[in-house]
Amino acid sequence: MPVIHARALTKAYPSASGEVLAVAGIDLDVSPGESFGILGANGAGKSTTMRMIGATLQRTSGELAILGRDPSREGPVIRAHLGVVPQQDTLDTELTVRENLLTYGRYFGLSRSQLRPRIEELLDFVQLQDKRDERVEALSGGMKRRLTIARSLVNDPSLLLLDEPTTGLDPQARHILWDRLYQLRETGVTLVLTTHYMDEAEQLCERLVVMDAGRIVAEGSPAELIRQYSSREVVEVRFGAQRNTEVLPQLQGIGDRVELLPDRILIYTATGEADLQEIVARGHMPITALVRRASLEDVFLRLTGRSLADE
Amino acid sequence: MSISAPASLRVAEYRLRNMWRWRGGIIAFGLGNPILYLVSIGIGVGALVDANSPSGIDGVPYLVFLAPALLAAAAIQSAQDEVSFPTLAGFLWNKVFIGMRATSLTGGQIAEGVLLAATVRVVFTTVVYWLVLWVFGAVDAGTALPLVLVSTFAGICWGGFVLALTARVKDDGGYISIMWRLVIMPMFLFSGTFYPLSTLPLALQWIGWISPLWHATELGRWLSYGAPLAPWQALVSFAYLTALGLGGLLLGRRLFEGRLTQ
Ligand SMILES: Nc1ncnc2c1ncn2[C@@H]1O[C@H](COP(=O)(O)OP(=O)(O)OP(=O)(O)O)[C@@H](O)[C@H]1O
Ligand SMILES: [Mg+2]
Repeated sequence: MPVIHARALTKAYPSASGEVLAVAGIDLDVSPGESFGILGANGAGKSTTMRMIGATLQRTSGELAILGRDPSREGPVIRAHLGVVPQQDTLDTELTVRENLLTYGRYFGLSRSQLRPRIEELLDFVQLQDKRDERVEALSGGMKRRLTIARSLVNDPSLLLLDEPTTGLDPQARHILWDRLYQLRETGVTLVLTTHYMDEAEQLCERLVVMDAGRIVAEGSPAELIRQYSSREVVEVRFGAQRNTEVLPQLQGIGDRVELLPDRILIYTATGEADLQEIVARGHMPITALVRRASLEDVFLRLTGRSLADE
Repeated sequence: MSISAPASLRVAEYRLRNMWRWRGGIIAFGLGNPILYLVSIGIGVGALVDANSPSGIDGVPYLVFLAPALLAAAAIQSAQDEVSFPTLAGFLWNKVFIGMRATSLTGGQIAEGVLLAATVRVVFTTVVYWLVLWVFGAVDAGTALPLVLVSTFAGICWGGFVLALTARVKDDGGYISIMWRLVIMPMFLFSGTFYPLSTLPLALQWIGWISPLWHATELGRWLSYGAPLAPWQALVSFAYLTALGLGGLLLGRRLFEGRLTQ
């Protein structure tokens, strides 16, 4: 039985001018133990999808089963087995770190004696022991995020939903978090996460979908997606903002495909070094040049015409 | 409702822990409010009224006439605060309801929990108020149970109504003060609190008829010193309060759930 099963799932929000179709008919299947990612630009519909999966937002139409149950009828039973890290922290800022975990555990109906050791484990897990009696107000953004993650685990969930878990964190905090999510994966928890960071998706997700304007435009493992939607290598050259456009027509015949971005030109190719030499041989000396392996960033650009890195 | 009862207790527990942090203020207000009214109006105005009508109002001293109304008003006003503030906070200020609703709790249980915790506050306020009334000689010892019960009941019913009302507030701009100025204060002044409702011109008496405070006061005066009240009237007052409270709670539960799944 899949942990998540969706067919033609839609969500329309009412708006001043009628409706916004935030999720426009998506199919999803996530199996137990999988780590699954949703990539998409701002407004693609990631959070809307996550909230429908988390049984906190009523769907407009389509089929949806979470842990084999319909969230519009059995929301409480489903949510008892979910851990949710929403995009916006919903911590109780007037309470301390420990009190937040305790209160949240109590909402699930867990007893104090069950919660006491669990809270210690979780404080260790997210390295917030030394802040245990600090009020949440006084925590940094990264610490709040870690607390939200600890809180989402208080009920020992079998499905963990993380909506942009590391947005706003510094690189070190992100790596700590990735490490924790790896550990969780090992214990068999199913992970579903959304992210803007391609490296995060490559690191954490076995399989992912790319969403654009409420639809799924591609699906596969990071490696499959790169193979399918990008060449093996990418040459990045910069000639300066003005000259990029002038040089572009003169690069014809080099590589499989050329993409012009505001600040650089990307050439998709199997033979990066040779192509770079060819550019120089044609008399165009780039200010900077780089040959690299293709990444999810390139897949995303190809599929949506947008660069996530620019957001 | 029976299935969700234990779950709403978890919400009430959270609310009570929160209230506990304000215990100083709650106790000071619980004691200060009745003492202030009793000294200024009960004794001050009372001396004047009693001097002018030796048989008293309803055949009892002014203080005794006033006491059941003050008690019911205190219960209703504490329910007003203890339902409206947490509801606005939960939806708009610290938004704790969003976090709660992401757990196995339902919106309906959150609504019940808020009302349940408010009930504890109402009981506390009413008991303290009754004790002060008793110390001032405004009530007999024998009235403790019936008066506390009827006032608490009125408070809870008002709380249910406020639950549904506050659940729809999208923007808190002035809601609390509008409620106090345009609902709570007029209700306090025009419900036969300080003089029998029949003293008012007929054109204003309707305020009393729709006011839960008037119904609670009528019941309270009947229970306290045996003010005349026809059985059908007692029944109507009781039914009116029940309908307000139960209707409010049922609607409130739906509104909470609806708002938290949007
Ligand atoms: N509560 C709401 N009411 C009306 N429209 C909404 C609401 N929430 C989201 N939308 C709209 O739905 C669309 C999808 O929003 P959503 O938050 O799901 O995107 P997202 O992929 O999570 O974006 P981001 O990366 O910025 O978090 C957007 O057009 C947004 O404006
Ligand atoms: Mg989002």
